[in-house]
Amino acid sequence: MILEQTPDKSRKISWSYILLGISIVTIILFTLAPILWQVLTSVKTNEDISAIPNVYLPHKITLQHYLELFERRPFWLYIFNSALVSIVSTILCLLLGSPAAYALARMKLRGETIILVLIAVVTLFPYALLFLGVLEIIKNLGLGNNYLALIIPYTAINMPLTILVMRSFFRQLPQDLEDAAKIDGYKTISMLTAIILPMTLPALVTTGILTFIFAWNEYIFALTFITEETMKTVPVATAQLGGASLFDIPYGAIAAATILGTIPLVILVLIFQRRIVQGLTAGAVKG
Amino acid sequence: MNNQRTGWILLFPALLLLFLIFLYPITRAFGLSLFTENLGTQLQPVFSGLANYQRMLGDGRFWQSMSNTAIFTIVSVALELVLGLSIALVLNQSFFGRGIVRTIAIIPWALPTSIMGLAWAWIFNDRFGVANDILQRLGLIETGINWLGEPGLAMVAIIIADVWKTTPFISIILLAGLQSISRDLYEAHKIDGAKPWQSFSQITLPLLMPQIMISLLFRFAQAFGIFDLVQVMTGGGPAGSTETVSIYIYSTVMRYLDFGYGAALVVATFMILITTVALVAWLFNRTKWA
Repeated sequence: MILEQTPDKSRKISWSYILLGISIVTIILFTLAPILWQVLTSVKTNEDISAIPNVYLPHKITLQHYLELFERRPFWLYIFNSALVSIVSTILCLLLGSPAAYALARMKLRGETIILVLIAVVTLFPYALLFLGVLEIIKNLGLGNNYLALIIPYTAINMPLTILVMRSFFRQLPQDLEDAAKIDGYKTISMLTAIILPMTLPALVTTGILTFIFAWNEYIFALTFITEETMKTVPVATAQLGGASLFDIPYGAIAAATILGTIPLVILVLIFQRRIVQGLTAGAVKG
Repeated sequence: MNNQRTGWILLFPALLLLFLIFLYPITRAFGLSLFTENLGTQLQPVFSGLANYQRMLGDGRFWQSMSNTAIFTIVSVALELVLGLSIALVLNQSFFGRGIVRTIAIIPWALPTSIMGLAWAWIFNDRFGVANDILQRLGLIETGINWLGEPGLAMVAIIIADVWKTTPFISIILLAGLQSISRDLYEAHKIDGAKPWQSFSQITLPLLMPQIMISLLFRFAQAFGIFDLVQVMTGGGPAGSTETVSIYIYSTVMRYLDFGYGAALVVATFMILITTVALVAWLFNRTKWA
């Protein structure tokens, strides 16, 4: 009986190990293959790109497509635009969102439940339902082809997440701290800047990474509100990289642009994986 | 009293922005939808009551975009949930290099949808695409398939790209849920003689329900409003077979400059979305307390 059971059990374990191994390899392949293919395409010569059957590993590695982006197009400007709009809107979002989150976490405002429900509901609004109205606001304010035409909407679309993540953070802070500060004679605002703010730095970084990612990736507003070539962001500029004709699509240049446009985000994920997960779950689940 | 005032002052700028970018556009769409404002009226608003809604009822393109959106949403979210749960279960096991695999698994979520849409369009390219090449090498097809040029296949390609892009979001949320389930529960269950499958259906699934519902809700709303991926991969074609409501709204406004009708489309889409979300949330709450 015992003799029979032992080999059976070990075989069962090794099978589940093999299954786990296969799943892990599949997950990695499924995740990385499309990105890897873009990397390969971006360094292939045009002959290799248009070879049939496909050439998988480039015969010759070339940086021609990358150079083309900077020589024939103002790609560094697109990167600058994306960075500027994302960074400024992230800062604004933290600056305006954190006080709001604190008020909703601690100050027992009348009507706070309604506001929280409202914040949760607007996160579900697709941007395609908003661009028409926002376009009108931008026209009325004369902000067409102005960075503010992106900075203001981006700050707003990241506001619900900022408030929900920061609020869940503030609620974890010990209330004693604030009570002690009050006894020491601090007013709410000065207590926030002198005592609470230094403690919130980790949460601000977590939130800021998420808002930066969302701002960098935004497409429909950037497509609609900015038509000036030199003010376009990376996603829009990349999508509009066309050739002279339908048959002259610059696949290599597009691949190079996708790599350049995604590298900042890949680096962020590699460094801040834990924070991204924390922020997302705090925003989605606890909020 | 003073405290209340300070609180509202802290809230005010954030609320103003939310109002401006989220609530004003929706409210404005309700108002504008009662007007005709297009090239025919020289872009001047002319009150026309419910005429836009009447037009919508007989607008085949609208209904097709609705059904395209529904198909896309249901299929992609269902696939993402099943895959996302499987990936979360794998990433919850302990194995060597788990940290780096978890990191890799998040990457697609963080990348710009529009840019990765271009990458997928390249993969599904009819002449040089690697999808055709692999299928040909495996002997599954003889000549290259025109993925993005055939109505049904274009939808398949877009769904695959979306599954790749957003499954990680569901995995992240569900993995966090899995980690919050106590190991002791499984141990106790095992001692009671439960099989792994029974543990999964009797412990894991019920305790994971809140996370499943929340990720479903988020994904439903996002998929229903999908724009970026379709716009860069097919632009809604071929023959409108991948045109989602967002794409239709966008071209109604930006290409045909039909603002009144575009607003009516916004209102209709908004109402369908909100009603579905409210219904699902209500059903979930009812089963939770029952």
